[in-house]
Amino acid sequence: MLDLVLDISMVLVVISIALCFYRLMLGPSLPDRAVALDTIGINVVAMIGLITIKTASDFYIDAMLVIAILAFLGTVAISKFLVKGEIIDRDNN
Amino acid sequence: MIEIITSGMVLFGVFFVVAGSIGIVRLPDVYNRLHAATKSATLGVAGIVLAALFFFGMTTGVFSGKKMLTILFVFLTAPVTGQMISRAAYQVGVKLWDKSVLDELEGRYRQVRSKGDDDY
Repeated sequence: MLDLVLDISMVLVVISIALCFYRLMLGPSLPDRAVALDTIGINVVAMIGLITIKTASDFYIDAMLVIAILAFLGTVAISKFLVKGEIIDRDNN
Repeated sequence: MIEIITSGMVLFGVFFVVAGSIGIVRLPDVYNRLHAATKSATLGVAGIVLAALFFFGMTTGVFSGKKMLTILFVFLTAPVTGQMISRAAYQVGVKLWDKSVLDELEGRYRQVRSKGDDDY
């Protein structure tokens, strides 16, 4: 039963990544694409969680944490770049 | 019994992941799409990682701290990304949906670009 549920869940997560990819390609504005990219990162974390349960091995947890951190940093960098035109600045105001 | 509870948690999480993605495709503007992205998808990931935590905790007897850390991290960072993207979108001048009835930040917020330039 758990195997069947995991297979169905993986297919559904892949479908939702494809939906986010649709928004990433066709989004009318740049913040739309940033939202879609952030959600793709979160969905990839969910996918790795499912793979972890399916293979019953604990080695993918680090990848899960690292991808979550990278998606967060990428989204913050994109939004700072949209507002200021630069990402790292020394101006504290 | 372990399989049934794990399956329930996985289905809970996958339902919210799929709901968030459908919301990203179907909702009308950036601010509404952020609503779907930062709430549903985060809850879905929390459900799936909690299922993994429960499954490994019951089968091997080790409750991994990294999985709890992942849940905590996703819960901490999702509101931050949502706020930063929506602030950037408003300052860059992305228009609201044309059926929106209220814009309380109108004229009270520093605009980098004026509203209506549709280059972004």
